[in-house]
Amino acid sequence: MPNMRMTKLPAREQAPDVRNKNFNEVSQGYDEAMAIDEAKRCLNCKHKPCVSGCPVNVRIPEFIQLVTEGKFMEAYEVIRSTNALPAVCGRVCPQETQCEQKCVRGIKGEPVGIGRLERFVADYAMAHGAEPAKPLPDNGKKVAIVGSGPAGLTCAGDLRKLGYEVTVFEALHTPGGVLVYGIPEFRLPKQLVRDEIKTLEDIGVKIETNMVIGRTITLDELLEEEGFDAVFVGSGAGLPRFQGIPGENLNGVYSANEFLTRINLMKAYHFPETDTPVQVGENAVIVGGGNVAMDAARSAKRLGAKNVSIVYRRSEKEMPARVEEVHHAKEEGIVFKLLTNPTEIIGDENGHVKAVTCVEMELGEPDASGRCRPVVKPGSEHTVDADTVVVAIGNSPNPLIKNTTPGLDTQKWGGIVVDEETGKTSRPHVYAGGDTVTGAATVILAMGAGKTAAKAIHEELSKA
Amino acid sequence: MYRIVTKRPLHETVTLMEVEAPYIAKKAKPGQFIILRVDENGERIPLTVAGTDPARGTVTIIFQKVGYTTRRLDCFGEGDELLDFVGPLGKASELEGMKKVAVIGGGLGVAIAYPQAKALHDMGAEVDVIVGFRNTDLMILMDELKASSTNLYVMTDDGSNGHKGFVTSALEEQLKAGKQYDHVVAIGPLVMMRAVCNITKQYNIPTVISMNPIMVDGTGMCGSCRVTVGGETKFACVDGPDFDGFEVDWDEAIARGKMYRKEEAVSMERKACNLMDVELQTRRGGN
Repeated sequence: MPNMRMTKLPAREQAPDVRNKNFNEVSQGYDEAMAIDEAKRCLNCKHKPCVSGCPVNVRIPEFIQLVTEGKFMEAYEVIRSTNALPAVCGRVCPQETQCEQKCVRGIKGEPVGIGRLERFVADYAMAHGAEPAKPLPDNGKKVAIVGSGPAGLTCAGDLRKLGYEVTVFEALHTPGGVLVYGIPEFRLPKQLVRDEIKTLEDIGVKIETNMVIGRTITLDELLEEEGFDAVFVGSGAGLPRFQGIPGENLNGVYSANEFLTRINLMKAYHFPETDTPVQVGENAVIVGGGNVAMDAARSAKRLGAKNVSIVYRRSEKEMPARVEEVHHAKEEGIVFKLLTNPTEIIGDENGHVKAVTCVEMELGEPDASGRCRPVVKPGSEHTVDADTVVVAIGNSPNPLIKNTTPGLDTQKWGGIVVDEETGKTSRPHVYAGGDTVTGAATVILAMGAGKTAAKAIHEELSKA
Repeated sequence: MYRIVTKRPLHETVTLMEVEAPYIAKKAKPGQFIILRVDENGERIPLTVAGTDPARGTVTIIFQKVGYTTRRLDCFGEGDELLDFVGPLGKASELEGMKKVAVIGGGLGVAIAYPQAKALHDMGAEVDVIVGFRNTDLMILMDELKASSTNLYVMTDDGSNGHKGFVTSALEEQLKAGKQYDHVVAIGPLVMMRAVCNITKQYNIPTVISMNPIMVDGTGMCGSCRVTVGGETKFACVDGPDFDGFEVDWDEAIARGKMYRKEEAVSMERKACNLMDVELQTRRGGN
């Protein structure tokens, strides 16, 4: 008999006033008994609506059934057969708008905690030494993957399993893309990302770091000189946007990318044991309302800022951040200044930020995004003290590959144009997917795109 | 890993290294830079490519021991390997069409100015090289510069070579004497580049400068290297490092260069013992 409890079993987590002072993972997940208990809430529906909500089509009821039987390693094999990064997805996927949104149990009560179960299974299998997957015999064809983020790693894993010789080129010194430079340790431990990547290396995926495609070697050279039969571009959306208001180049003003890269990739929270510093003052103002803004705010708090505020021009309802992230941030003492927009950043005599001038906003008619357009409330100008400002209002695709690859069509805003069904670009043998195509989105959508492209590349190359 | 094949001190505080990095050696052009990391806890520091040898697959870097990382780097010897070495980054200098050029370098900037002078000289341009050092002990690349210039003017702050003054005084002297340049290329400390621009502006000579701001990734991802040029924010790592010197907001650039002064001092102090140990061992090892 299924467990008919209406609510999801909460995962264990660090208390808010403890965790906002350390970088250890906030959520500690389920133990075996908790996982079995939650798994029993699954009705194992015949029509499996949850699977259709998953961009990589994890066979959810099947793995959950195995969890109820305590067959955790078998459950892992089910997940891994379609998902290259289960431990990552179990942590950072927005399940509430995907698989869990479609869960029948969610109609009356809360959906099954699919994400938490996926995480449990992945962690269990990694701790208990899962056997590496078995790729098909080498087929003698070579594929290059540009970028080692979620899109690239997924595409690499799928193609390797099909017998391709796969090389992933990463511009930074550590593979993982946004999983290592963007998402903080307290949400996604970096050891875990390393472990996931190692499972790909164990099946023969080659990873070359310090290779900036477009600079160190061009995309054309990969195809023409290095003997690759196809290239997948998953170079992400790494170009930070600024508001274009006065004072953005003052010291103490960071793009979210810089702030988080210093902290996550360069481990600035261990400075001076590590060599890269980051500056966080008493009063940190984070501009933006997405997951990246939440990550920056919670990181600033952990680095000792007394007052951390999120400044967002719309209301909480329009915030693109996941509900869980907003909830965690609030618990940790982050202040939300909603319907507020910075108009100028003010510096002191040394060129360091000291305050942010803001205006209050009201919501007007919906705009092209469907969200209400914020308009300035007359006479609402005020200043907010700040010695650290982090601008987290989004990223665009890095233009390096576009600029160095003739004939590669892009949108006006920089996204690479692809056929959605296949990830094919305007250049033969060149595919693309993830944030470099869509603009900043989620890990799992990028993984889905990597999967789609892997399938299309396989179709193209098995014809040849 | 990237093996150091040659290490040669140019003087007490400046060192030249040739590092094995075949892809970069094949591609790098004057004006471009690399980013390196010495070890697992190391920061990413940008250094301009001072030369390449594509046949041997090596890239030359010249650095001054100013901060923790450069001192640490100087503890590496021939045969040692650097953990990370990535490039070539940034846009190559646009030297096409330059016919009569003054290339001006100050201090370590001389190492960066040298490849530009050489490239221009190889292209057949008339190249006056004006370089400045604090004193004769700190002079670097004199033979190389002589071989790559039409005229070489060397200034010292203390006059120890018989030519007392800054590079700006030598430049001004040439211009006052009626020397015509179609371009000036100035590379060195920000205040030097600004001073050069203040002069060349009066003579209306287009002046290219090379920024060397604080960077993290060097690929356009972080924006740490923001510089205001002509009222617009540019990223030195992808839009530069060369810019029109007349358009640069120098005050902002100077302020941004100082952002981590305090942390740099902390890093040096906290790790000084550790550093001295390694330096001592390096010397004992005979490197």
